[in-house]
Order: sequence, then structure tokens, then C-alpha cells
Amino acid sequence: MATDGSAEQPAEAAPTIAARSPVQQAGGGAAGGVAPGGGGGDLTQELLTSDWWTDAMVAAAGIPVVDVPFVTVGGGIGSFVTVDYLRIAGVPTDRMRVLSDIDFPWQTYEYLTRVSQIPRPERIRSDSASRPDNIWGFPSYALAEALRDKTLAPLRQVLVEPIWADYYTPRAGMVFEGLERESKRISYSDMLVKGQVRMVRRRQGGGYFTILTPPEAKPARRVAFRSQFVHIAVGYPGLKFLPELQAFRTENQDFHHVVSAYEDHEHVYDRLRVKPGVVLIRGGGIVSSRVLQRMMDDRAKYNLSFEIVHLFRTYISGSHGPNAWMRRKGGNGFAYQGFNYPKSVWGGQLKAKMRRLEGEQRATEYKLMGGTNTPWRRRWQQQMNQGRAEGWYRVMAGTVEQMKVRDDGMVISMVKTSQGPGEIAADFVIDCTGLEADIAEHRVLADLLEHSGAGRNPVGRLDVERTFELRGTASAPGVIYASGAATLGGYFPGVDTFLGLQIAAQEITDDLARRGFCRKIGPGRSVRQWLRWASNRQP
Amino acid sequence: MVPTLTGRIQTRIFLLAVVGGLITLIIVPILPGSAPLGDKYRDGFLVLLSVAVVGVLWELLYHLLMQWRWEKDWPTLFGLVEGVPEGVLIWILLSAGAIPGIAGSVGGAAFLIQFVLVWLGVWLVANGPMRVPFIRWRFHGGRIV
Repeated sequence: MATDGSAEQPAEAAPTIAARSPVQQAGGGAAGGVAPGGGGGDLTQELLTSDWWTDAMVAAAGIPVVDVPFVTVGGGIGSFVTVDYLRIAGVPTDRMRVLSDIDFPWQTYEYLTRVSQIPRPERIRSDSASRPDNIWGFPSYALAEALRDKTLAPLRQVLVEPIWADYYTPRAGMVFEGLERESKRISYSDMLVKGQVRMVRRRQGGGYFTILTPPEAKPARRVAFRSQFVHIAVGYPGLKFLPELQAFRTENQDFHHVVSAYEDHEHVYDRLRVKPGVVLIRGGGIVSSRVLQRMMDDRAKYNLSFEIVHLFRTYISGSHGPNAWMRRKGGNGFAYQGFNYPKSVWGGQLKAKMRRLEGEQRATEYKLMGGTNTPWRRRWQQQMNQGRAEGWYRVMAGTVEQMKVRDDGMVISMVKTSQGPGEIAADFVIDCTGLEADIAEHRVLADLLEHSGAGRNPVGRLDVERTFELRGTASAPGVIYASGAATLGGYFPGVDTFLGLQIAAQEITDDLARRGFCRKIGPGRSVRQWLRWASNRQP
Repeated sequence: MVPTLTGRIQTRIFLLAVVGGLITLIIVPILPGSAPLGDKYRDGFLVLLSVAVVGVLWELLYHLLMQWRWEKDWPTLFGLVEGVPEGVLIWILLSAGAIPGIAGSVGGAAFLIQFVLVWLGVWLVANGPMRVPFIRWRFHGGRIV
């Protein structure tokens, strides 16, 4: 079959349009023209209900077709590192398209980090050598920062971390600047096609159709990207609130006093600066630490007197784990871990171990190494110790049964603790639990599960092979790959991290090289390409 | 680095051979000692070989110690400090005449200079530049093959 050429296309192939830069077209149809099939350019009932589509079905619907061998759906960091790898493996921009509703790859990430209290000058929770803008991780962020700022401090920190110093982590701003430079270098914008992806369906004869609704399309007029390969990296399916928080917000229509840390909630800090009060923080992960830090910083900086109550569902009082060889540090409610997984999942013993595990065994191992955790940072410890000593930071363990508003406007949380029921009255509740929605909440993923043969892994997310091929979706010689948070639970645990996305991108690139789509990156090519990276020349 | 046992052994042998070999090749002529250059080279490379061979045993110990770490990692500084006991052991073996094939007697200063430079070179390359030619190395537990 030909997804990238015209010779073997059936005569009734749908008309094609060019993407933003020339792509190889099939059938010689008119660019952007209304299809001769007579359809209005929208999805027909036949298309909606068919698991496999033919070119004729798409043509009949009047949906124009763009031929390009590789598309990646999402356009965030996952898509970016994948096309970055492929560009370095020698794939030109006209053979790939990024289908996305965001303008640049770090847009969503930057929004989420900013509202969850990591603005550009603050440091993210990521390793020095996890550089999404540099597939080699060399120079590391610490080395780059040392060179740029002419200081040895970052190098000293990576030398003695994590025992005599906290882990070095890069500033968010430095990460974004690097991504901007690399996206220009690989001509990312030439590959970007803006719009909402609606679905990916298998094509009879091989490959896939990915349906995109361009932003200006009113009424909905779709474009079908006909490709041999599809990569899915749509990120987190969505946020989920705890049931009682959701119920409170729905019943009271109150999005002011009960907020998610992943929403813009600057009004909480503004209000606390002008009037003392009580804030209830829920959750024991990195986001709760960040929110706490912001409050404790504000408290010290502006000499404020508000109180913080921190509620943990699972209270960790000390080191925990099944045996001496699997014991994680903890205390004061938190489970402590430098990064969101134990470090060796990205290339050491745990990565090798997980790669061999299947089914229930894998799910159990995920539970052991997973769970909510946060880094032990000297500054945070100092601030929390001060708060405990002075009585303005209190910790509780329990679950909230119900929430209501008191006459004075305070939000009351009815808590069930091991000592019995209790109440917490707070001016604001900040949900830092970061619960994620089921993958079926995402329309594209739900469609893949329903129509394209995708299945779930032992922890309920998209089931991918070790090569990140999405199991059950083959449409030979085409392949769908998936990476990122939606695939958590696979043979490689760190998929929803910078380095994890790069590991996935490497596996995908190697698999595509085996299938003849690109060249395998050997030592010679790697060194040459690194030199091009270092001198900021095109791959 | 967060490698597996196999990866650590492979990396050690590879880097000692390539980086250590290159450093040894360059510095031997200027090392203190009055032995003929041929003998000095022979001794220099035998010391290097013994660091590699004895090092495999050290790796078993490091692997065991790593099991007590939740992260199953090996912090950067550990990789540097390992050099102290390893260097001391090799020096003891040298002094006891337990390294076969040594042509003359290796002087303390010559040994120290060679060992420290090789160790630093290998450690520095393993913590960064190694990733440039071998992009899969760090994700494969430090395995080269």
C-alpha cells in the first residue's frame, strides 16, 4: 500500500490537500477543494460506526485527505521529543505532521507548572540529564547552567547529590528556553498543523486515517491525514476531583473557595495577603509541597499570620516498604523520593526488572514503587519544622466524608480519622491530590479503545509493547505508537516524565528504523548530530 | 549513573580500555622512573588491566550495597570515591608482587599519577560525554552490547 505515494492509490482515492508545507499527495486531487464525493466534509454515520475505513468512504464523505507517512497526535512534550528524535534520525519535515491544538510543545506544561506554583524562575522536579531539548542529555542542565552563569555551584550540587545536597533540578525557564531553541532548530513549526483531533481509524489496505478539525472550520469540516504511522501522545486524559470535592463544587457552584492546584488559584494567595484565615491542603505529593512552599514563602515574606491544615489520606510516619531492600524514606505524612519514580527506572535495575514483568506482577510492582511522594528538600523541611513549632502548620490524617458551607462562609470538611470523626473549618480548600481521569475520558483514546483494537494494560491505561506499539491496533504495514501518561503501566514505568518520553521516542525511532522509515542512529551519526545540536545547526 | 551489574562491568571494561588506555599511552613517557620506556608501558598497561579485572569483583560488592538503596542508584560521588579503596588495593597487590608480569618495580608516584588520571578520566567520561556516541547506553543500564 502506499500512504506516501500516488502510484498504488486506488482510483477512487479521496482528494488531497496540502498541509502547511508540501507533503506528497495521492490521487492528484485539488488542494482544499470540496470533495467530489458530494459529502459535506463532516463525519458520516458510516464512518462513525466503521472500525476500518476505505478511501472511498472518506471520499464519499467529502473529507479532504492529506498524505504524510507519520503523524503525531498531541503536540506536547511527547510529540516534540518524538519528532526531535526522528529529525535527528534523518526524517525531513515534510514526512511528518504534528496535529495539535496548542501553539508550541511546552504550552500546556508551562501552564500547569505555573498554576501549580512553579513559575519560570523556580525549579521543576526533574534530573539534570533529563533534557527534552537534547536527546543525549549532554551537556546536562547543571553543566549548561554552570557555563551560562559562570558558577561552579550547580556542578558541586550534582557531585554531592542526593546525600550532601538536594538533587539538582533545572529552572522551569531554562527548560522552556531550551525547548524553544530546539523547536526552531528542527523546524517544528513547519510540521505543526493546528486543530482538534477527533479520532484515528484503521485504513483498509494499510495505515490509518487521523481526523482533524481545523480551528476555523465552522460548521465542522474535517481533514483526514492518511499515514502509515501514527503516534499518540495526548498527555493526561484529564483531572479528576475527589468525589466530595466534585459534589461540593457542583452543588454550591463554588469554584472560589474550593480549588484545584492545577487551576489558576492566585486569588487564594491574594486574599491571604490581606486577611488572615485557614487553608486546607489536601494531598501529599509534589504539588502539595509546592503549594505549601508558596504559602510559607508568602507568610515569611509579607509577615502574614494565616494557618495551614494539611490533610493526608495516607499518612506516612517513617521509612516504609516490604523489606530492607525495598524501603522508602518518609515522615510527617510524606513519602520521600527524589523524582516521581525511583531513579533506576530510567535505565537501571528497576527498568530491567519491569521490562520482564507481565500482568498482575507488573501491577503489584507499580504499586510498590508508586504511590504519592515528594522530594525531601532542606528548605521545605526547615519551613515545615518552623510551622509546626509555631503552631501555624498542622497535619492530619483522614478522609473527608462531606463538605458544606457554614453561615460565616467557611468551608467545613467532615473528616473521618482513626481517632473518630472531626471537622475542619477553612477559608479555602486546595486540592493537590492530582487524581487523573480514566483514559476513556479522552475522546481520541476512547475511540481507539472502541474502534481500533486498543486495549488496557494491568493498571488500566493503554497497553503498549516494549517498542511502544499500541497493541491490537496494527494495520500492516502501518503501526500506531503511544507514549506518555496514557500508557502508564507498561513495561517501562517512567513514561510520564521528560526522560521517559525520550526513552519511548528512542524505542519508537529504533522500531521505525527497523521498518525502514528512518535511519538507525549509530555512534557516528549520533556524534555528528550532537555537533550540529551544539552549534545550533539544522539536523 | 543508575546502571545494572552487567552494564557497570561492561562500562568499566570499555572505558578503562578506551579512555584509560589513551591516558596511559600519553602519560607513561613522562611518569617518574628510570626503567626503559618499553618496561614502563608494559607495567602501565598491566596496572590498567588489573584495575579492570579486580574491578569486576568490586562491582559485585557495589551491586550488593546498591540493593539497600531504595532508588537502586549509585550517586555520582560514589563513582569517584570508589577510586580510593580500589587504588589502595591495587597498590597493595603491586607491592606484594601479586600482579603477574610487572617488569620492574612501579614507583609510588608513578602509580598514583597514572591511577588518579585514569580514574578521573573514566569517571568524567562516564558522567556525560559517553552519552554522545552511545545514546542507548544510559537507558540500557550502562550496557554497551
